[in-house]
Amino acid sequence: MRLKELEGYLQQVDGFENPKVDLEQYPTTPHIAAHMLYTMDTSFGDIEGKLVGDLGCGCGVLSIGSCILGSAMTIGFDIDSDALEIASRNCVEFESDNFELVQCDVQHILPCHKWKKKFDTIVMNPPFGTKNNKGIDLEFLQLAIAMANTSVYSLHKTATREHIKKKAIEWGVKLDVLAELRFDLAASYKFHKRKTVDIAVDFIRIDCSATSSAHGPSNSH
Amino acid sequence: MDLKLVGSGEEEVSNVVVNEVDFNPEFISRMIPKVGRSEGLPAEVIPDYENDEEFLKKVHHVLLEVQVEEGSLVCPETGRKFPIKNGIPNMLLNEDEV
Repeated sequence: MRLKELEGYLQQVDGFENPKVDLEQYPTTPHIAAHMLYTMDTSFGDIEGKLVGDLGCGCGVLSIGSCILGSAMTIGFDIDSDALEIASRNCVEFESDNFELVQCDVQHILPCHKWKKKFDTIVMNPPFGTKNNKGIDLEFLQLAIAMANTSVYSLHKTATREHIKKKAIEWGVKLDVLAELRFDLAASYKFHKRKTVDIAVDFIRIDCSATSSAHGPSNSH
Repeated sequence: MDLKLVGSGEEEVSNVVVNEVDFNPEFISRMIPKVGRSEGLPAEVIPDYENDEEFLKKVHHVLLEVQVEEGSLVCPETGRKFPIKNGIPNMLLNEDEV
């Protein structure tokens, strides 16, 4: 499948109807989602035939895209019933029979060891931790590393790059910044005074193969 | 701890949908060591399962094709029920359970 084609499909994925500020429900645009997934699949072979997890999947654009690219199964996790309902509709719309959804608080996943190192690949657009929830971006990342055998793909504010690099060393994983993106957040919320808010965001890949046999990152924070 | 699947009432799980999904033996073989035992599956993993297509197809069916629309997952240790609605299990904990 060509990149443009994938982006075209993802433009038909429904997004949030009433985005919730406290959950930082910013959509992953079809353009960014398509580029992320295309890179994951063509450069790293981390989608086709793989078990993929999507943490904080929202309406499921990354999940749907991974199914389109031939994941063996994709499981999306989200806390919000409204978002999951839309994700569920998207799933039906795209006839993604290998797309499953689980409602849970991602921050409480790890104590349930069922998910530990079960996935090949985790992809996510986590909350950035800018709405009275500082540190949640790193919590998501740490959980993702604990759940993935091969790799984690995520988006983080470029401003936090050095901090995340340090954490990666601490956790014993290899981090690569694959691309620096401009996140053009349309004024989705009332508190956005300007029409669009441009922020620099890193698209990162974490190689967790080194942690899959040895002790993974612990759940302490 | 493996959660046990039960119906939404006292009865057995009733609302189950079966979707046909492409069979990928390589993927199923990789998943077998990762999943817990489940009803509808042989109790023991048979030796040399990678080459047993019939066995892999059974696992494929249970793992990927059977979708429970309504029901509950129950923790056998605590009895805590996690409801499944519209095919989505709700694993959210109450504040006092965290």
